[in-house]
Amino acid sequence: MAGSATEYIKHHLTHATVPHGGGFWSLNVDTFSVSLLLGFLFLFVFSYVTRTFSVEKPGRLQCFIEIVVDMVAGQVKDVFHAKSAMIAPLALSIFCWVFMMNAMDLLPVDLLPYLAQLIGEKVFGADPHHVYLRVVPSADANATFAMSLSVMFLIIGFSIKAKGLGGYVHELFSAPFGPKVGPINFIFQVLELIAKPISLALRLFGNMYAGELIFILIALLPWYMQWLLGAPWAIFHILIITLQAFVFMVLTIVYLSLAVEDH
Amino acid sequence: MDINATLLGQAITFAVLVWFTMKFVWPPLTNMMDERAKRIADGLAAAERGKQDLEQASLRVEAEIRAAKQQATELILTAEKRANQVIDEAKQAARTEGERIIADAKAEIDQEVLRAKEALRSQVASIAVAGAEKILRKEIDAAKHADLLASIKAEL
Repeated sequence: MAGSATEYIKHHLTHATVPHGGGFWSLNVDTFSVSLLLGFLFLFVFSYVTRTFSVEKPGRLQCFIEIVVDMVAGQVKDVFHAKSAMIAPLALSIFCWVFMMNAMDLLPVDLLPYLAQLIGEKVFGADPHHVYLRVVPSADANATFAMSLSVMFLIIGFSIKAKGLGGYVHELFSAPFGPKVGPINFIFQVLELIAKPISLALRLFGNMYAGELIFILIALLPWYMQWLLGAPWAIFHILIITLQAFVFMVLTIVYLSLAVEDH
Repeated sequence: MDINATLLGQAITFAVLVWFTMKFVWPPLTNMMDERAKRIADGLAAAERGKQDLEQASLRVEAEIRAAKQQATELILTAEKRANQVIDEAKQAARTEGERIIADAKAEIDQEVLRAKEALRSQVASIAVAGAEKILRKEIDAAKHADLLASIKAEL
């Protein structure tokens, strides 16, 4: 039992990577395709609502979208005081995408991997033990770092746009201790800049990875006991996935607002 | 936690997602929500205005009803006054008419009396002449004493 349990967990924590074990230039197809699908779903639903928008008679979907957009717009307005056409759509994309990627955690932990194994075995004639699928893209550090590093480049871009290249370089060397100790300032600034994407990415990744792991552990229990732990954990996770999406969005807004403000 | 090319793919996906949201999702949604908020605000303002209009209208109606009542009362008063006047006038006219009729009748009676007197007088004269004739038949020649008889007649 112990061996098979270890194998089960290992199997669940292995990505569908192409080419398998190919170092940096391989691709986690599962993370990539699931997140892409969810991204398209988000774009489809939201742009559908923009086309069917009714000022007089809002439908339920429209009201729901409005609540989300209003919430994001409120956060942006509270935190980010400069003007930018990008920040609010960015925040909306992050919130919705991260939320949907996190929400894949709530699907039964074996459902999609099992289906993938069936399809892989019957359609492609693959060994089911070597068909891997991890359905929670945000439990893949690649996905979370992709977003947080993009945010870091946006921080740099926003800083340069707000202060000019010279102003930004000057700030890198003169804050927080004054221009006399320029290199120390620079080290601090670079550390601060790097700490932001790392904390963003690892917070989300850690939460989702841990959540997924616990779902896998619960799935090892006898079937009649799983709901005792699985249901509370899933209900708790509804809070976690929303909170993590919200935190990622708000921190992005905060970082970008810090970038455009003078220190 | 293996970092591989998925990171680049995810970053590109993320960039496309953000670009699309910036271009096609966020601006129309916020525009339309603003428009809707404006419509609602306008509607509420219009409702408020309508309520005020109604209040003013009902005030005006009340004032007009009061004025109409006043006018009606005045009309009734003048009408009563006029009626009294008419009655008085009629009474007066009736009285003068009656008096006139009475006066006419009196005058007629007087005339009638006069005429009767005249008739009586001439009859008395003729009776007197007839009597005198009878008395004087033998002594008086009618032709001889015609002058005398005429003067007597005139005196009567």
